Amino acid sequence: MTGWLGPEEWQAVGLSLKVSLWAIALSLPPGIFIAYALARWEFRGKQVLNMLVHLPLILPPVVTGYLLLLTFGRRGPLGAWLYETFDLVFAFRWTGAALAAAIMAFPLMVRAIRLAIEAVDPKLEQAAATLGASRVQVFSTVTLPLILPGVIAGAVLGFAKAMGEFGATITFVSNIPGQTQTLPSAIYTFLQVPGGETAALRLVLVSVFVAMTALALSEILARRAAKRVAGG
Amino acid sequence: MSLHVEISHPLADFTLNVAFDAPTGITALYGPSGTGKTTVINAVSGLLTPQKGHISLSGESLYDSDSRINLPVHKRHLGYVFQDGRLFPHLSVRQNLTYGQRYSRPNVESPSLDDVADLLDITGLLGRRPGSLSGGEKQRVAIGRALLSRPRMLLMDEPLAALDPARKEEILPYLEKMRDHTRIPILYVSHSVAEVARLATWVVVLEKGRVAMSGPAETVLSDPAMVHQLGLREAGAVLPASIIRHHADGLTELQVSGGCLFLPEMDRPVGLQTRVRVLAHDIILSREAPKGLSALNILSGDITAIRAGGGPGVIIQIKCGEDHLLARITRRSADAMALKPGDHVYAVIKSVSIARTDIGTG
Repeated sequence: MTGWLGPEEWQAVGLSLKVSLWAIALSLPPGIFIAYALARWEFRGKQVLNMLVHLPLILPPVVTGYLLLLTFGRRGPLGAWLYETFDLVFAFRWTGAALAAAIMAFPLMVRAIRLAIEAVDPKLEQAAATLGASRVQVFSTVTLPLILPGVIAGAVLGFAKAMGEFGATITFVSNIPGQTQTLPSAIYTFLQVPGGETAALRLVLVSVFVAMTALALSEILARRAAKRVAGG
Repeated sequence: MSLHVEISHPLADFTLNVAFDAPTGITALYGPSGTGKTTVINAVSGLLTPQKGHISLSGESLYDSDSRINLPVHKRHLGYVFQDGRLFPHLSVRQNLTYGQRYSRPNVESPSLDDVADLLDITGLLGRRPGSLSGGEKQRVAIGRALLSRPRMLLMDEPLAALDPARKEEILPYLEKMRDHTRIPILYVSHSVAEVARLATWVVVLEKGRVAMSGPAETVLSDPAMVHQLGLREAGAVLPASIIRHHADGLTELQVSGGCLFLPEMDRPVGLQTRVRVLAHDIILSREAPKGLSALNILSGDITAIRAGGGPGVIIQIKCGEDHLLARITRRSADAMALKPGDHVYAVIKSVSIARTDIGTG
């Protein structure tokens, strides 16, 4: 296996996996929270929040990447503060790639989870409350178990999106081998040099494999979610 | 233990404005659809916050708009049995039943899972999933789940309305057992007079968001003024009775305060306290003691009230022993017989008219 991909290619695949896993792990809890708020609560600014969440889906990725650079760059308002307070740097680091991937995957994840939450009958949550469960307890014992397959499906979809993120990542954190050169960036780089086509093709195959596995997995889990909510 | 409700809340067509007390036993909240029954029970449970008023259980405020008290649903500890069961689909029957136990009030004597499963006859279902249960089974599990959460009170919103007559028959005995074996008050919403007559110890009649009448079931159901609310076909008195003998010819003899009644054989032990329902249109009145009639059941008493309705009929209330009967006869007959309050009359009841489904234990 190791002979099939060169060290630089392995590095890109490994980095992409690391970046995507971190992106999904850290954005999942706020993703569930925002999906719940959008599905169940009425509040001022709900439409604005909904728009903000979906913005990365509509904006050109380069624009998102540039906005991230402006905000989270070393001199950006949030970037400077995070650096001074937590010694956390995003610009031109793998952490920045993870942030960009998380932002780009967020709308897909929230959409999937929100659909799962909307499929849960609020009457079940009311019933749980009459049995003495507080809001948090109702969520963890009724809502979450019922939406879990939907959450996993959303996470898988988000993971696949994070693996493929290119525009925002390259704009925000550039294309540094071993640091910010993710799988799509590596493919792009290989295509720029003469004789790089075979390496690019190998990475394309890896990408196709990851994407298809993720889609199949999310399909299976979504079906299980439907069955579970129906009480099979 | 007693529930006190005094609330007002705007609804689509009118403003709900009710005040009543619900003592121990089953208090039926009766009224046709759209009179605000579910709004009242949801306000008691905390699922709905009324605009104004107060709700208290044994003196403790659950809601009080003046002092801004509004105990959240999960802190009220009132078991709620919904019309549609609402079992958790991802949990087994056993897990559904025990769901409320971990959140229940500490240091409260509670029935065991075995006892409740036994009472409701659901022991064989414990390992199943709600998805595989019949409507009647689901509803029994929902009742058990509410009971096991150690509630201070039970709320039931038309728990039988979604079931067919056979399934209703399947659940009614369990509700009677609950009424007689647990000491918690039960608020029972229903638009079925038959259910109310069978189960309720106390009745609150709602009409367009107001309490038309409230009182002991026997009093409310035999009040001529309530005939309009209950509907002519359903109007009838409920008499407390006890089984005194099973006869060899297939009849069961029951003692009511005004005499004896014979019913088709009841599969219940002698000595059992029960009640019978006598529909107003199943009674024939006579001035003299009837002779040469095939009817077995004849009670006599004095007329206490005569109430004319809009149609050709009048409702006559007769005091038989301690209890009241309601009879519906034509105005023409009432005039011909010159009936007036204080007159002594005989009420002829066809024994077949006491329908099996209208006989309740308790």
